[in-house]
Amino acid sequence: MKLDYLDELEAEAIYILREVAGQFEKPALLFSGGKDSITLVRLAEKAFRPGKFPFPLVHIDTGHNFIETIEYRDKMIERIGEKLIIGHVQDSINEGKVVEQKGKNASRNALQTVTLLDTIAKYQFDACIGGARRDEEKARAKERIFSVRDEFGQWDPKRQRPELWNIFNGKIHKGENVRVFPISNWTELDVWNYIRREKIELPSIYFAHEREVITRNGQLMAASPFLNMDEEDIIENRNVRFRTVGDMTCTAAVESYAYHIDDIIEEISASKISERGARMDDKVSEAAMEDRKKGGYF
Amino acid sequence: MDILKFLTAGSVDDGKSTLIGRLLYDSESILVDQLEALHRSNRKNDDGSIDLAILTDGLKAEREQGITIDVAYKYFQTEKRKFIIADTPGHIQYTRNMVTGASNANLAIILIDARKGVIEQTIRHSFLVALLGLPQVVVCINKMDMVDYSEDVYLQIVKNYKILADKVGLKNVHYIPVSALKGDNIVYPSINMNWYKEDSLLHFLETVNIDVDDSKAHARFPVQWVVRPQTDELHDYRGYAGRVSSGSFKVNDKVTVLPSGFNTTITKIEQLEKQPAEAFAGMSVTIHLKDEIDISRGDVLVNSSYKPEVSQLIEADLCWMDTRPLDTSLTYFIQHNSKVTRCRIQEILYKVNINTLEKEYNEDFKLNDIGRIVVKTAEPLAFDLYQNNKANGGAIIIDSRTNVTVGALMFRTAVE
Repeated sequence: MKLDYLDELEAEAIYILREVAGQFEKPALLFSGGKDSITLVRLAEKAFRPGKFPFPLVHIDTGHNFIETIEYRDKMIERIGEKLIIGHVQDSINEGKVVEQKGKNASRNALQTVTLLDTIAKYQFDACIGGARRDEEKARAKERIFSVRDEFGQWDPKRQRPELWNIFNGKIHKGENVRVFPISNWTELDVWNYIRREKIELPSIYFAHEREVITRNGQLMAASPFLNMDEEDIIENRNVRFRTVGDMTCTAAVESYAYHIDDIIEEISASKISERGARMDDKVSEAAMEDRKKGGYF
Repeated sequence: MDILKFLTAGSVDDGKSTLIGRLLYDSESILVDQLEALHRSNRKNDDGSIDLAILTDGLKAEREQGITIDVAYKYFQTEKRKFIIADTPGHIQYTRNMVTGASNANLAIILIDARKGVIEQTIRHSFLVALLGLPQVVVCINKMDMVDYSEDVYLQIVKNYKILADKVGLKNVHYIPVSALKGDNIVYPSINMNWYKEDSLLHFLETVNIDVDDSKAHARFPVQWVVRPQTDELHDYRGYAGRVSSGSFKVNDKVTVLPSGFNTTITKIEQLEKQPAEAFAGMSVTIHLKDEIDISRGDVLVNSSYKPEVSQLIEADLCWMDTRPLDTSLTYFIQHNSKVTRCRIQEILYKVNINTLEKEYNEDFKLNDIGRIVVKTAEPLAFDLYQNNKANGGAIIIDSRTNVTVGALMFRTAVE
């Protein structure tokens, strides 16, 4: 006997979610509104129904989200009947803990790390489940499924615990917490194929639509009040979709006519740009992701 | 389509990263932006071609030192299979990384430099692959371009390796002469070695049999979580959530709960809205039982006709993974599937010099040491011998002061 690859990936993710439930006192599921965290919610339903989730969902809201994401989030929470905790980046700004970036490329993406760490501290979460995948980026290729963070939220690549067989060591000291990545072994294509198989609804911005955009650093950015624009920026109407759902100021669109999930799967199977290539914040330097992870980013 | 997880054992000098890079490159698993980064890089081979090893480089420190210091996972797929590569470093100081990578792999690729043949590190890597019980091994004799694609050189290395394979107890060994640098026999058959008629590496990886063991004899279900909604309409609902670690369970199977020893029958297997009649190795399910028994996380359900060992005193192979040496006077935690209890390493029987395979008898047990010990646990464990059932025969040791994983155990004999 053998399991189909999607069944095997699903079974592994469910196993990891149940390990979190069994090993931690106060876990949380980090929900961004993106397809990876939406997939995690589906997997949590498979792991714990007909019972309740043994954790709340936590959304770190930059205040610069796509409106479609927020609508989707609220509708989904109503459907699944689970608890949602929102951490606002605006609160961190008001409290003077972070300072809004200036200039053309200003984004709140980097600021959300502080809000996340504050939210973890406030609710004393000992495990945070996230939708990161090892295929996204070189630094992530080496991250563990149970990734221990110190009290400053830092990841130390040289002090990672060995992970053998299917045994996950979740023992931590007070103040530390663990980031858990149940879909570590999935690729972008796996996630899309799973969404299709499970008929999971997604925020509409994942599908092709007409939108006002400007071209910046060779990438299409949604025109919005959150984006610092000047007279050099030309607003055009283009047919686009988004491959990731993040902050409006740092998530680039791609030109697309993929209106249905089948079109998207066909489009990315023959894709010219890997997924994180559409996130401007990784372009700053080759080691950008590694540096941000060390500082406590998702 | 299924998933094959494989480990690559070898050092930078053997062209391991180049081999993985070549698999990704020639199987067209690289996306265009990665390809552009490759072409932009200053690192080139002597003949000016792209250095494919860049594809597997990970962390900044590693890029600076030019070595792989941790397990890096790489993903690619062909029309036949999905592949997960655990790329582990080959030097002796990273033995623990290789043990980690091997623990989850179905197959190991052992690289041999055709100019050097079977050397100390080949012995070490082969010993570790045998210790971790990998069912399949592919020996890639690399850099054939440097020995004029000589069949004689290849045959001599195969002959030498067979002696080693017998000594460490490796079965199912397959041999392929390759040049990762030039691409011979990696994805495409070599035009330079017409004397080799068998599969290229990729074709072998695509077709090798990796079916899971779904026998009743190995039916093991560690309970992770008890689902009890306790709502009005589901007042009596009680399901045991977990993942079948090995073997197969069917509805109406008689099962025993260990370590308590209670017997009962499976009444229902659930996967959300689905109710499969059978759950086999790898499946995450929720199981319902006929009788109300006290079962909690850490217990294991087994087929009543085929029970595992239950003991508190076990002889096991140990690989030590921490910079602080093993302390036989200390109490550690032991984690075996979902069960955690306290333990002590009661006796060190011997260590193995993994370069020469000779037994050593001294009392210290340091980072990367491997040997045979006796472990005593605070509560009984329901386990199988690792050589019979990997999924229920391995455990980790956790330092109760630092909470770090410090050792890997492979159970070999129940002492009691």
